[in-house]
Amino acid sequence: MSGHSTYQPQGAFMKWLERRLPIAGLMHSSFVAYPTPRNLNYWWTFGGILSFMLGVQIITGVVLAMHYTAHADMAFNSVETIMRDVNYGWLLRYLHSNGASMFFVAVYIHMFRGMYYGSYKEPREVLWILGVILYLLMMATGFLGYTLPWGQMSYWGATVITNFFSAFPLIGDPLVMLLWGGYAVGNPTLNRFYSLHYLLPFVIAGVVVLHIWALHVVGQNNPTGVDPKSAKDTVAFTPYATVKDSFLMAVFCIVFAWFVFYVPNYLGHADNYIPANPAVTPQHIVPEWYYLPFYAILRAIPNKLLGVCALFGSILILAFLPWLDTSRVRSGRYRPLFKQFFWLFVVCCLGLGWLGAKPPEGVYVIAARILTIYYFAYFIVVLPLLGIFEKTRPVPNSIAEAVLVGDVPLGASAPPLRHG
Amino acid sequence: MTMPTRTLRLFAFAGVFTLAGLPALAQEHDGPQPPRLKWSFAGPFGKYDPGQLQRGFKIYKEVCANCHSLNLLSFRNLADPGGPDFSVAQADSLASDYKVKDGPNDAGEMFERPGRLADRFPAPFANDQAARAANGGALPPDMSVLAKARTYERGFPWFVFDIFTQYQEQGPDYIAAVLRGYAEKPKAMTMAPGMNYNMYYPGHAIGMPPPLSDNQVTFDDGAPANLEQYSKDVSAFLMWAAEPHLTARKRLGLQVMVFLIVLAGLLYFTKKKVWADVKAHPEKLEDNA
Repeated sequence: MSGHSTYQPQGAFMKWLERRLPIAGLMHSSFVAYPTPRNLNYWWTFGGILSFMLGVQIITGVVLAMHYTAHADMAFNSVETIMRDVNYGWLLRYLHSNGASMFFVAVYIHMFRGMYYGSYKEPREVLWILGVILYLLMMATGFLGYTLPWGQMSYWGATVITNFFSAFPLIGDPLVMLLWGGYAVGNPTLNRFYSLHYLLPFVIAGVVVLHIWALHVVGQNNPTGVDPKSAKDTVAFTPYATVKDSFLMAVFCIVFAWFVFYVPNYLGHADNYIPANPAVTPQHIVPEWYYLPFYAILRAIPNKLLGVCALFGSILILAFLPWLDTSRVRSGRYRPLFKQFFWLFVVCCLGLGWLGAKPPEGVYVIAARILTIYYFAYFIVVLPLLGIFEKTRPVPNSIAEAVLVGDVPLGASAPPLRHG
Repeated sequence: MTMPTRTLRLFAFAGVFTLAGLPALAQEHDGPQPPRLKWSFAGPFGKYDPGQLQRGFKIYKEVCANCHSLNLLSFRNLADPGGPDFSVAQADSLASDYKVKDGPNDAGEMFERPGRLADRFPAPFANDQAARAANGGALPPDMSVLAKARTYERGFPWFVFDIFTQYQEQGPDYIAAVLRGYAEKPKAMTMAPGMNYNMYYPGHAIGMPPPLSDNQVTFDDGAPANLEQYSKDVSAFLMWAAEPHLTARKRLGLQVMVFLIVLAGLLYFTKKKVWADVKAHPEKLEDNA
């Protein structure tokens, strides 16, 4: 898609450099001249927002690491020192802790967008799988980071989640001991978690490069799901996509700032302001909100090993999505039945998230089981069968036609999402 | 195709509300919710009231400090901007009222000296065991971040609204409620000896006897010397102890918000201008290629 670079180096130095390392040309063809479908809506701006959030997390994280002490006896108080005595330490820490949540908000929107518009379908399978890997890395990084303040929820969350691995026969117990660095969560655990928490964001950055590379090979999907056929179907990345992304990034920052400055502890848990105490178990051990749907799935299943398998399966199944969805029509816009099942799936995920925060008893368990069944059925029953039985609506011949003539043939209903 | 979509969405919403109704089925409400009080530090323009923090500090010093430590705070914090607004001289003289253990000196001995601004507040007990021994086995928690470490469940849908109303004062509301929540225990309830009945404490059996009563602490500024006033003032003080930079945070927040809203507005109109050509003259697009 990116084609041959049209970059013309200006000035003697840039000409000299371009013949030796064409990095400016690469940047130009990737972020300036790169043709982007002209009909992208605002749901397409979250990739840029995610890169921005990765930058925010790395910068605030590196500075926080200068003041943090990774020791079981000192970690809690060192975080409090950051909050009290480091200049703008409270800002750095609230940016970082809420930044993690905003990162997940953006990634969930990004993923649901991909699922609605069929962005995982041929030829974007590798792009999608790289995204699933990024999501897994984010979850690991977020979990490791949450243990670092060494409050009650840090400690007990780490205990519960590392214990998942003990469900596996034979390798389970040695694996858990390796994670802990001992016989229980303790100082060695904190040290290795801190080390890995610093490492993984750079792994994420590396996979992001692959993700963007794959994107630029196959090109962006768009709300019609029809590949660009001529220059009429695309606009240049700069200024069109750049300015649109910038606008939504500013809006996103308003939401981010709202949490950081006005409700910084809303997404956290009060118990994490109590120093870790191995002798006292909190009444309800609840992971961070972004894991709650998976936590609900885990607890919906009475058998520990099967529960853990369902937990990992619920994430890994995403990697098989390109082959589970059998429909030839890419975009959900032209798939009336799919649309309904998709929105039910979104509601199902939100419901599971809510149930994950509730105690695993009574009606909560029954509700979680029903939603867990729908979660998996969506992937292994609904999507494969829909492709065979669904009567799809006519797809426009080109993006330009969809934009200029109107997307939907006469007599059909209005499109679900307006263009930005 | 609209009809089935609508029906399905209706089902989805019905599902969400059924889920929301679940707690009523799953758990009986365990006592009343703490009443919501008015706090000067609530909302986007919130800031601490120095007079209230000074009164709260007096209550802490004369009552709470007998059992509860305040390990993360130093005397110098009393004179920090956005706090109780003591002058440095006042904070210094408050510090010198305390005896602080220091050492070892050149002879290898530990010694006591008057407190200084840089010292942390001394703890009432040498260690947790001593604290438990003096309090019938219960450990009085450190109060440094207590106001952020205590909360109560808001339940659906209130927890969603709290994002928009910026309700973050569950901690001080809860603490104030517990201080006023002592009552006669219901006849049916059995309680271990030495425990006290409290409406708002989870499980209702609290080790701490009622710590505050009317006319226990006298204020210099004419504020009423009653339990209602005490419970509010000391809770506000604890909120400041837990979040000493709240005033600065909200002030900076307003500046950031104004900046971001103006920036977003400018970017929106820039975006409109840039895209106007594409929208009005799509045939020109070929020039872009």
